[in-house]
Amino acid sequence: MPTVPGSSWGRWPRHAHAQCVPVSDRFRAPDFADGAPCLPWGNGRSYGDSCQNADGRLLLTQGLDRFIAFDLDTGVLECEAGVQLADIIDLVLPKGWFVPVTPGTRFVTVGGAIANDVHGKNHHRAGSFGHHVTGFELLRSDGSTRWCTADGQHAAWFAATIGGLGLTGLIRRARLQLRRVPGAWLTGQSHRFGNLAEFFALSRESDRDYEYTVSWLDCTARGDALGRGVFMRGNHAPIEGRVPRERALRVPVTPPVSLINRLSLQAFNRLYYARPSARCDAATWHYRPFFYPLDSVLEWNRIYGPRGFFQYQCVVPPEPAQDALTGMIDAIARSGSGSFLAVLKMFGERPSAGLLSFPRPGATLALDFPNQGEDTLRLLERLDEITRAAGGAVYPAKDARMSAASFQQYFPRWREFGAFVDPRFSSSFWRRVTEPVSCKES
Amino acid sequence: MQRVLIIGATSAIAEATAREFARRGDRLFLVGRRADALEAIASDLRLRGAPQVEIRAQDANDRSAHETMIDAAEAAIGEIDSALIAYGTLSDQAACERSVDQMLAEFDTNALSQMALMTRLANRFEARRRGTIAVISSVAGDRGRRSNYVYGSAKAAVSAFTSGLRQRLYRSGVTVVTIKPGFVDTPMTAGFKKGGPLWASPADVGGAIARAMISGRPVAYTPWFWWAIMQIIRNIPETLFRRLSL
Ligand SMILES: Cc1cc2nc3c(=O)[nH]c(=O)nc-3n(C[C@H](O)[C@H](O)[C@H](O)COP(=O)(O)OP(=O)(O)OC[C@H]3O[C@@H](n4cnc5c(N)ncnc54)[C@H](O)[C@@H]3O)c2cc1C
Ligand SMILES: NC(=O)c1ccc[n+]([C@@H]2O[C@H](COP(=O)([O-])OP(=O)(O)OC[C@H]3O[C@@H](n4cnc5c(N)ncnc54)[C@H](OP(=O)(O)O)[C@@H]3O)[C@@H](O)[C@H]2O)c1
Repeated sequence: MPTVPGSSWGRWPRHAHAQCVPVSDRFRAPDFADGAPCLPWGNGRSYGDSCQNADGRLLLTQGLDRFIAFDLDTGVLECEAGVQLADIIDLVLPKGWFVPVTPGTRFVTVGGAIANDVHGKNHHRAGSFGHHVTGFELLRSDGSTRWCTADGQHAAWFAATIGGLGLTGLIRRARLQLRRVPGAWLTGQSHRFGNLAEFFALSRESDRDYEYTVSWLDCTARGDALGRGVFMRGNHAPIEGRVPRERALRVPVTPPVSLINRLSLQAFNRLYYARPSARCDAATWHYRPFFYPLDSVLEWNRIYGPRGFFQYQCVVPPEPAQDALTGMIDAIARSGSGSFLAVLKMFGERPSAGLLSFPRPGATLALDFPNQGEDTLRLLERLDEITRAAGGAVYPAKDARMSAASFQQYFPRWREFGAFVDPRFSSSFWRRVTEPVSCKES
Repeated sequence: MQRVLIIGATSAIAEATAREFARRGDRLFLVGRRADALEAIASDLRLRGAPQVEIRAQDANDRSAHETMIDAAEAAIGEIDSALIAYGTLSDQAACERSVDQMLAEFDTNALSQMALMTRLANRFEARRRGTIAVISSVAGDRGRRSNYVYGSAKAAVSAFTSGLRQRLYRSGVTVVTIKPGFVDTPMTAGFKKGGPLWASPADVGGAIARAMISGRPVAYTPWFWWAIMQIIRNIPETLFRRLSL
């Protein structure tokens, strides 16, 4: 079992839970009344503590993994909330359908994808996951169930639960609108860009003609090379090729220290930028390496050693984006730290469906840092300062440390959301970010 | 295409096994106690590729209904090629020590009713000179231990029964498969602390069961390393074993 129930992908923090309660029968409610507060747990692909509930109970939903109905003609799929996107793709791709939005790993559950309103490389076109959810069943701890839709009777519950961090109740099943595809392959291009201005220009030019765009950023480069990276864009295409082998590698053990350090970072980033395939005018990709480059190394999160690592993903509005990103790259370089994989993308304009959804117009940057204690926390707080000043936000699915004041600024509707939180549900994240904030701080 | 009967089909391990058969395009007949859960599993298996899935809600301890159940299965999907007995309960050892009735009830579920079913299936298959009977026993049946010897001895009865049945049916070309899983992360083990290399997922175990049933392997420890662990445990002398608290 690769993922230990109750853990999170960043392997930090590591909270102990009073109980892990498997939920595998959608016709029977777990016993909510008896015991500590509950939090649903999908597949633990969130990085920080939003999928943890210290001293509380986790409702493990991996056993809620049944398909319920699939309409071949309309592409509407109904399934239980613990079904993973990987299973959906295996089922529907041979029939010409694909998930409408996918994060960078396919090992996430439908419930988890809804609760974080996840986004993918097609955000500028397709919006986020919640835009493609046509309904779901929400079970509350009082035993009541609601079928929630975007514009039906329970629309307010719908908006609270999309991006609702698992706090509004347990999603037991959901209906999704899939998208048609000609097959398993994509075509497109890959270009180097020398600085951020070039990145923004490439984005503007590509977002019209390409459904998927994403960039890798070399955040170890400074001076003239600051903001350089590789831009990738692609579309589904009716071509065939050799299907890559699945599940090639697994990181077998956790090394005693992080294998990611300044040296390996610089070497990797330089090579990645310089490799010949960074520039390619007619690239073809199988969907797996295109969407899920990291899924081929199972348990890659172990390379950061026993102390785990932090992800940091922010979004900053379009206007201050260039300055804010420059400030961040500078702060990272100055700190002597660095990110192995820095991913940069422009979100589209489509307003998200959830009260607490993260995606909003602007540039989003995702970084990861080995956990080096106080130094790392200081750097992340510095990045938060920049994000706050730019009027941006940080992604809860990847957070283990943002302050309550930051959260409350990033997600101004959090109080309104609070009214929908199930009285018997909670999470470590939620307790942390809803602490009272002193006037001075806010 | 095979016609597969699964008794105890709401079990997590059985469901994972059924998915393997569905992927292969087999026809399935599912028996279990909860009709709504069976219907949900059946819809899922149809989407995963099974051309036909029929269900029957029935308590497997109702031994008088076994014959009509098998009749119903064969009427619905045709002559059974392969049957899997997958139900069971993880007996509350302490309660079984206090209550003889409870101890006997556990034996009913985990041994007697299963031996009754196997006998009926065996007689049909022997007459036809073909078929596979598989049953999920457990590594716990390899040696009685104080922490769960009621469950363990019922599983031991099943293991010994299948071993004899296998010899009896060998000549008529009927296959008997004894499956011995180790720790599997299912609702049955909800109360255990999980994680670590000894725990397997229902999907892994289900895959191993389907492979064992298809290839006709006599005894399948799953995952395989339990064979080695049980070799050691079986060979500890009783004079020493009685002092241990396993
Ligand atoms: C390699 C990698 C790449 C990633 N790339 C992206 C990306 O590109 N875009 C992006 O948006 N995210 C990305 N993520 C983050 C990931 O998509 C989200 O954290 C996702 O929510 C994880 O889903 P999960 O099923 O593992 O849920 P968990 O992490 O276990 O839980 C996530 C949240 O969902 C809630 N939840 C789970 N199931 C239910 C349910 N049935 N009912 C109610 N609430 C529920 C939990 O309580 C928790 O709040 C990535 C993660 C990894 C590891
Ligand atoms: N999990 C392990 O670690 C492990 C290890 C070794 C062997 N096993 C064996 O594997 C088999 C499957 O268990 P599991 O792990 O998959 O657990 P499970 O999901 O709890 O399944 C047990 C199933 O048995 C069914 N059942 C119990 N009594 C029944 C009866 N009288 N009639 C019909 N169905 C009955 C239950 O039905 P309801 O749904 O109606 O309750 C349940 O679906 C069992 O034989 C078990 O002993 C398990």
